[in-house]
Amino acid sequence: MAALGSPLRTLRGLLRELRHASAGRPYRDTPAYQHVMAAFRAHRVTSEKLCRAQQELHFQAATYLCLLRSVREHLALHHEYHGKGERSPGEVAGLVGFRLPQQPGGKG
Amino acid sequence: RLFFLPPERKRFYQNVSISQGEGGFEINLDHRKLKTPQAKLFTVPSEALAIAVATEWDSQKDTIKFYTMHLTTLCNTALDNPTQRNKVQLICAAVKFLETDTICYRVEEPAALAELQRNEWDPIVAWAENRYNVAIGSSTSITGPNIPASTKDTFISHLASYNMWALQGIEYVITQLKSLILSMGLIDRHITVEKAVLLSRLEEEYQIQRWGSVEWAHDYDLCELRARAAAGTLFVHLCSESSTVKHKLLQD
Repeated sequence: MAALGSPLRTLRGLLRELRHASAGRPYRDTPAYQHVMAAFRAHRVTSEKLCRAQQELHFQAATYLCLLRSVREHLALHHEYHGKGERSPGEVAGLVGFRLPQQPGGKG
Repeated sequence: RLFFLPPERKRFYQNVSISQGEGGFEINLDHRKLKTPQAKLFTVPSEALAIAVATEWDSQKDTIKFYTMHLTTLCNTALDNPTQRNKVQLICAAVKFLETDTICYRVEEPAALAELQRNEWDPIVAWAENRYNVAIGSSTSITGPNIPASTKDTFISHLASYNMWALQGIEYVITQLKSLILSMGLIDRHITVEKAVLLSRLEEEYQIQRWGSVEWAHDYDLCELRARAAAGTLFVHLCSESSTVKHKLLQD
């Protein structure tokens, strides 16, 4: 079996990611939140220590957590390093220590 | 009508919701029903998968970044089948990867890397050989490992037990991780996504430890591979499960 850690930690991580994904709107109303909570509640009560369904659910939750987290991190890296596009003329001038001239009357 | 999507598009909908139709679960963007790139109605067989896809669409901010919506992409591939492959062709493509499976392809030097490969990859090969009762082995030769026909046949008949949707997902994960064995390890829940990605990138991780990590390249690739492998694995599990909660009788 995969080394998954504690289900509570996975759940907390998942809820944090869902909160990020909703950003602004209440995340408790989203279908994803309700589905995750319902699934965790349904599998909480079990007399078996090695309940297979429980482990399957935990693996699924951990996989979904990995997906949400990796997409968010990838996007953040993309914005930081690859999303800037071209520099403006002012920035290019600034690279070599110049400033664009100010022309109060406009160009030409 | 456009058959290709631009990489980004402004978000044009307020609300995302799910509904159940004849063919399965559908995604609604406001009042419009989501369609595939080939203009088919977007339906998925699993409610959990529909919820996850809806979450992808709902978490887009000002612009829709299609390249981050891996589950949606996988569903589109399953629905449209743009490469027009049937089940047999998909399975053959998947099993063919075994001949160049990353964890069977070993170096001889540097010695530290060769040892790392033995320590990290041998247990997974052993697990697969045990689990599927096959011989796989590993090789340092340039032609790769010599996979017996019986091993390939075992994997072919095992993969045949999955439905078409799940197979698309399995083939996707194999292509991303460059390893059939690591992908089966994920599908069988033997290893986590993070571990599978680490093992797939073992040589890169070794070089990173020696020479340092370049965030805008290494971490960027790492996050993207994790996202894709996670999406593929989740897709396979959600397409091949039948979720029934068995209520055990309370015994006094």
